[in-house]
Formats: sequence, C-alpha cells, structure tokens
Amino acid sequence: MSPLQIAFWGFAILAVITAGMCITRRSPLSSALWLIVTLFCLAVLFTLLDAPFIGVLQVLVYAGAIMVLFLFVIMLLNLGRAGPGDMKGLLGAAIAALLGVALLVQLRGLGDAAPPAAIQLPPGTVQGLQRQQGVVGSVAGPLFDTYLVPFEITSVLLLAAVVGAVVLAKRKL
Amino acid sequence: MLLGPSLAVSAVLFAIGTAGVLLRRNAIVIFMCVELMLNAVNLTFVAFAQQLGTGGQIFVFFVMAVAAAEAAVGLAIVLAVYRHKETVDLQHINLLKG
Amino acid sequence: MSLVWLVPALPLLGFLVNGTIAVVRPRAKGLVSVVGVGVLLAAFGVALMVARALAAAHPDAPVVFRYWDWMPVGTLAVSYALQVDALSVVMMLVVTGVGSLIHLFSVGYMRADAGYARYFAYLNLFVFFMLTLVLGANFPVTFVGWEGVGLCSYLLIGFWFSDTVNADAGKKAFIMNRIGDFGFLIAMFLIWRYTGSLDYTTVFERAPDVLTLGGGAATAIALWLFLGCTGKSAQIPLYTWLPDAMAGPTPVSALIHAATMVTAGVFLVARTNVLFALAPVAQAVVAGVGALTALFAATIALKQWDIKRVLAYSTVSQLGYMFVGVGTGAMAAGIFHLTTHAFFKALLFLGAGSVIHAMHHAYHATHAHDDAQDMRNMGGLSRFLPWTATLMWIATLAIAGIPPLSGFFSKDEILGAAFARGAAQPIWYLFWALGLAAALLTAFYMARLMLYTFHGPNRTGAREQVHLHEAPWVMTGPLVLLGMLSVVGGVINLPELVGGTTWLHHWLEPVTAAGAALAPAAHVTHRTEWVLIGGAVTVAVVGIAAALRALDLTALVPARSAPAETGLGKVLNRKWYVDELYEALFVRPTVWLSRNVLWRVVDVKLVDGAGVNGSAAASRILGWLGGRLQTGELGFYATVFVLGVVAVLARALK
Repeated sequence: MSPLQIAFWGFAILAVITAGMCITRRSPLSSALWLIVTLFCLAVLFTLLDAPFIGVLQVLVYAGAIMVLFLFVIMLLNLGRAGPGDMKGLLGAAIAALLGVALLVQLRGLGDAAPPAAIQLPPGTVQGLQRQQGVVGSVAGPLFDTYLVPFEITSVLLLAAVVGAVVLAKRKL
Repeated sequence: MLLGPSLAVSAVLFAIGTAGVLLRRNAIVIFMCVELMLNAVNLTFVAFAQQLGTGGQIFVFFVMAVAAAEAAVGLAIVLAVYRHKETVDLQHINLLKG
Repeated sequence: MSLVWLVPALPLLGFLVNGTIAVVRPRAKGLVSVVGVGVLLAAFGVALMVARALAAAHPDAPVVFRYWDWMPVGTLAVSYALQVDALSVVMMLVVTGVGSLIHLFSVGYMRADAGYARYFAYLNLFVFFMLTLVLGANFPVTFVGWEGVGLCSYLLIGFWFSDTVNADAGKKAFIMNRIGDFGFLIAMFLIWRYTGSLDYTTVFERAPDVLTLGGGAATAIALWLFLGCTGKSAQIPLYTWLPDAMAGPTPVSALIHAATMVTAGVFLVARTNVLFALAPVAQAVVAGVGALTALFAATIALKQWDIKRVLAYSTVSQLGYMFVGVGTGAMAAGIFHLTTHAFFKALLFLGAGSVIHAMHHAYHATHAHDDAQDMRNMGGLSRFLPWTATLMWIATLAIAGIPPLSGFFSKDEILGAAFARGAAQPIWYLFWALGLAAALLTAFYMARLMLYTFHGPNRTGAREQVHLHEAPWVMTGPLVLLGMLSVVGGVINLPELVGGTTWLHHWLEPVTAAGAALAPAAHVTHRTEWVLIGGAVTVAVVGIAAALRALDLTALVPARSAPAETGLGKVLNRKWYVDELYEALFVRPTVWLSRNVLWRVVDVKLVDGAGVNGSAAASRILGWLGGRLQTGELGFYATVFVLGVVAVLARALK
C-alpha cells in the first residue's frame, strides 16, 4: 500500500470512530468536541483527495466557525453537563440502529456505481490544474466565472441568515 | 482511485449521522448530527471531483456557506425556543401535537 | 288507414284534458263529460274508417306504421309501431265501441261523485293503453299497453281509495298482474333469443324455422306467455284479484273487468297463435286451465250473494271458455266469444250498475246502511226497473247459450272445436265435458241472479221501495244498444251448419292462417255438430229450469238477518278458501321473510349497520389513526422521514 492509501485509511477509520463517539456521548459538549475531531479528519481526507483548498476551508469555516458557534450556544444555555433525557430509550436506540444499518446497506449499493468513462477525466488532471493556476486559483477561477451567479446569491443568503439570526435571538424586538 | 473507499466512508458517515438524528433528543446534538451528514456528502463531492473536475469542489464550497447560514439561523431558533420552554429536549417541544 | 294513430291518440288527449281539469277545476263536470265521451266516440269513428280501409285494401300481410325508433340497441331495433290487421281491427272496434257506451253510462252513474273528472281521466287513459296493447306491432309496444292497463286497473279499482278495502283490492290486482307480467317478460326474452326479433311479422315468419314443433323452446315460450295471460285474464292460479276488483265503480267493472282488459290474455294468445301452434302441449295446458277455471269459477258463483261478485266469477268462467277456444287453435272461436261476451257481460254489469244505483238512491233517501249490492236485499225489482230487468234477461239468455242469441253461437263453436280435437287426443273430450258442465252451472247461477234480484217478493223494505226507479236515459240507452248487440251479435260468425258464412273466421284468416297451417284443426261431421248443439241447448235449458224449480224465493231474508252458510254452501261461498290458501302459502311467508330477514337482518344489520354506520365508524377509526400520527414530536417525525427515505431507496435500487 502506498503512503497515500495508508494515510487515507488511517484518517478514514479515525473519522468513523470519532463520528460514532460523537453521537453516543451523553454530554452535548463532548459530542461537539468529538465532532470537531471528525471534521479535522475529514479535512485531511479532502487534502488527500486533491482538494487542499477545501480542506483548509473545512478547518477554517466548519471546525473553526460553525463548531465554535455550536460550542458558544451550548455554553450559553448551560447544557454542557449530561442531561437526564438526552438520548432515547432502548426502543428508540433499536430503531435508530436499524434504520441506520438499512440506510448504510442501501448507500453501499449506490457506492458501487462508477461514473461513465465518457466524462471521466484522466487521473492527475486536477493536480495539473492546481499546479498551473495555483491551489486557490483552480477553485476561484470557475467560481468567478461559471458559478458567478450562485456565488452572488450565496452572499445574499448569508445576509438573510445574519438578519434572521439577529431577529430570532433578540430578547425584545 | 480512491473513489470507492471514499464513497464507502461517506456512506458510513451518513448512516452514522442519520442514526444520531434518530437517537438523540437534544436539539443541538441533533443539529450536529445533521452537520455530520452534510460533511459526508461533502466527502462524496470531493471524491468525485477528483475524477470529474473541480465543479465538485466548488459545490462543497457552496455547501459550507449554506451550512454556516443554516447553523446560525438554526441555533438562533434553538435559543428562542429555550427562552420559552427552558429546555431543548425535543420531546417537550410538541405544540404541534394533535 | 294511416289515421290509425288517431285511435289511441284521442283517448290520450282525453286523459290529458280531463286530468288537467281534475287538478285545476274538478267541478267542471260538463266539460269532462263532453271530452271524455267525445274522444271515445271519435276514436270509434276513426276505427270504423280504418276497418273499412282494411277491408277494401285486403292486404296479405299486416300493415305496419312505424312512428319512431324506440330502442335501437345493437341487433335489436324496436320501434314504436302500430299494426293494422284483421285481429287488431276487431279488437279496436270492440274496445272503442263498447267503451263509448260505457263512457256514456258513466256520465249518469258517476254524476254525483266528487272525483268525476279524475274518473274520466283514468278511464280515457285506460282506453289509450288498451288500444296500444291491441294495435302494437311488436311485443314491447304491446307490453307497454299491457302494463298500462294494469296500472289503470289499479287506479280505477282503488278509485274510492279513502276506504282501505278498495285500495287493498287495487293493490291485489296490480300485484297479481305483475306476477303474470313476469311470465310475459320471460317469454319476450326467449322469443328474442330464438328468433332475434320482437316484431310480430318477423317473429312469426321465423318461428316455424327456428323452433321445432312440440319442442322444449316453443313450449317454454308459449307457457310463459300463458302465465302472463293467467294474470291479466284472471285464470287459475292468478284469478283471485278479479272478484276483489268489484270494489271499483260498476262501469269500471264493466269496461275493464268484463269487456276489455281481461280479454287481453285471449287476444295475446290469438295474436301469437303461430307460437302456440308450435307447442301442442302448451295448447292443451291453455285449454285445460281454461276449462278448469270455467267450471271452478262457476261453482263459486253458485253461492255468492253480492250481485257483482256473481258477475265477476261469471267473467272468470267465461274467460275460461275463451281460452278453451284459443287453446284448441280455433282462434276465431275465441275471439268470437270475446266479442259476444263483451256485449252481454257489459250489459249485465251496466244493468247491475243500474240496480245498484237505484238501491243506493233508495238507501240514501231512507238513511239505511244496508248493502246495496247484496241480492238478499233485492227481489221483485222488475216492477221498479222494467227496462233493466228485460235487458238483463236478454243478456242472461245469451250467456246461458240459448239460441238464437249471440252467446249460443260463440259458446257452441268453442265446445265444438274442443270436441273435434278430442278425436286426435282424448284429453280434449275431458275439456269439452268440463265446458259443458260449466255451461250448466252458468245457466243456473245466472238464472238465480235474475230471480233473486228481479222476481219474487221485495226485501228492500217498504220505505225504500218508493225510491226505487229506473235509471235516466243516459244510462239506460247504452243498455238498450248492448241488448240489441247481444241478440244479433251472433250473426258475425254464423256456422255453415245453419247456412252461415263464418264471416269472422274468414276475416281473421290472414292472422290465423299461419298457425292453422302448423296444426290443422279437426272437423266433425254435421251430424255430430247437431248433436253437440242439442246437448248444449238442453244443458242450458235444464240449468234455467232447475233454478226456477229449486230456488225458493220466499225463503230469502234481507242480508242483515240472513243465517250463516253451512256445509258445501259455505265452502262455495268462501270461494273454496283459495284466498286463505294463498294467504298462508304466499302472503304470510313473504311478509315474514320481509320483516325478519330483509328488514331485521339485511336492512338494519347490513345496510344500516355495516354500510351506513359502518362506513362512518371506519372513517372515524381512520381519522383516529391519522390523529395518532400527529404527535408533535420532531423525533417521531424524523423517524418517519428516514423510514420513508429507506423505503424509496429500496424501491429505486431494486
């Protein structure tokens, strides 16, 4: 196995384990911290998959901003400690496990699909592109080119989110 | 060449996220499991981007942006509910009953 | 001839006008009289014109006038069509002719009744339906008329419906008719199945080819048709409605239950003579039932006290004769007797109507409550109603079969035909013997009726006597006309024996030839014929003489103090308990079934319980189930959500 693969599998398994830990901790604070680890592992996986920019963004935005927001709210509401009824009983757990497994089995089936050869790019194309335009450039180029409109709309979306969050969280309007 | 394993991991993470959503009663933890599901999907996109072009990575970009917006608004809602009901336990938030 | 549509249309118009008057202005009796009688007379006039046109034209086949397509369905094409041929013309003349006289009589009889306009409306409607029946060119049109006369019979029997007895009688008539109608319908279905058509001309053309002589299909068709006839023409077993039908006004009894509606069955057999000729077994059944009914009804008439009941049973008996006639295949004989019977039976009923009218008047004047129709309250009325008495005696002699009155010729022809067929099949001798016995009883009970009513001491009461008088001319006039017809009516079919030309027989040949060809009627020698005639006349004379000798008119007492019947007399008076038998066999089980099964189980438990309340309960349960799904818990919703996703994926990935 090449170092790439070893690294990939290592971090992949770690991601899975930490995700499992995340959903099974009683304390919301523990769950949040485990999730951060999971996100970090995923960031590594992104980088291994020729998407270093996205990996960095994952750490910066997801783990750095979103999860911090989560932690902030948990602390604000004083939910750090394990509450009495944070997890469902035996029946609920059984159903959750069952449906999770069912979904997994079905998705594995999907996973066996391969993209048609006609649209597959030769291996190493993305790497080449990144060498040419730079790591950021290869993402930014199409972003301001083909995907300009969604980009602008996203900014409006973020504005709406900000306004909404402010309005909802105010004590008195 | 890492496509197959990536998709496998993604599937596992997605399933774990779903199980988490069904398993937990705390609203914030459920939210976190949803974020986990979103990340699983991001992994899928990036894995395919390696084969099909940078469009996948750009989509991940957008997903992250939307997830951030969603997190902000969602947590604001949780805050507002907490103020009324003193709890974030989903079992007690059942005004839609009947 | 193309004006034939006017003949039924005029009474229909009369119905519409009189009906409107009945609803809008019931007291306009003058207008009703003019319209009601006028349309009938006009119809009779047109009928005469049509008859003359037919006689002049002498077509080989019936002349059919198609008016519109009624049921063009696939291979079945039924149109509303009227047919002008020998048979329909004869019937048309009888219906409109005798009908006109009875309408005229009704003007006087119903004068004081509040429902005058309604009465004439119904009567006109009846004539319309009867004409549709006889003029129809195919089975469905005839069936419309068939059902229609049943309806009008119900309406008219129960005319004074405020008394439940009358309404019940109407219902009884209608229901028993319906049983017969069922037979008619089955026969129609079978005819359609075998011949592929319902038009008379087509059916009778094809029938000899598609139905084997004496085969099961032909016999079945004929027997189902005959079931219809037993209902309509009051033969065994569906005759019990006719005596009860006397609850209606007397002119109704005369028109519907003597001259026209009840003869529809005989007409039908004559019309479908081809089908009956193809089924000798059915013919024997027809004649057998007819002969049996003739005798049976005559025995009952011997001990009835109500004057109209005697006449009712007499009608049933005489209808039996007609069926013997047409059962033999001698259609002309049956139709001949139908015509002469229309004359003298209408005369008898209208005469009885005069009597009842007088008795009513007398009792009304003295405020007595005795039965105006009970013969025990009558007696010696010839002093007060001489015209009625004379005319009724003429009718009595005619019905008894005394030559040279009309009844003699018609009855004799029937008995002769039955006897002739006996040579080939001995059972017909039995039918002849039954008919002869019935003739004896007919003479007896009719003489009894006349003696009790018009002769001997008067039992009505001294105070009432002063009020008894003859009816006005509007009522007596038609009686005279009918009397004349009863006397000379025989001339339309005088047998060759006495040098006659059997004119009616020849006239009807275009209709009856086909059937006669299939089953040729037998003939007897002239000597045998004279012997038969001699026997019939002797029997009639003996019957009348026996009545004159045996009945002690002075021993009768008025009905209110009359002793109860005993022994055989009681059995006869109670009509052999047939009504009670039907009650036990059919009515009570049906009522029990309806009440305990159809109502308590099917209606209450199934329809109401499972159906109505059940569907309401099911809705409620479904709603409750739906409500249970709305827990308000997001966790539950999420679970259902994921479940749905898993299901969809399972389906999509299959």
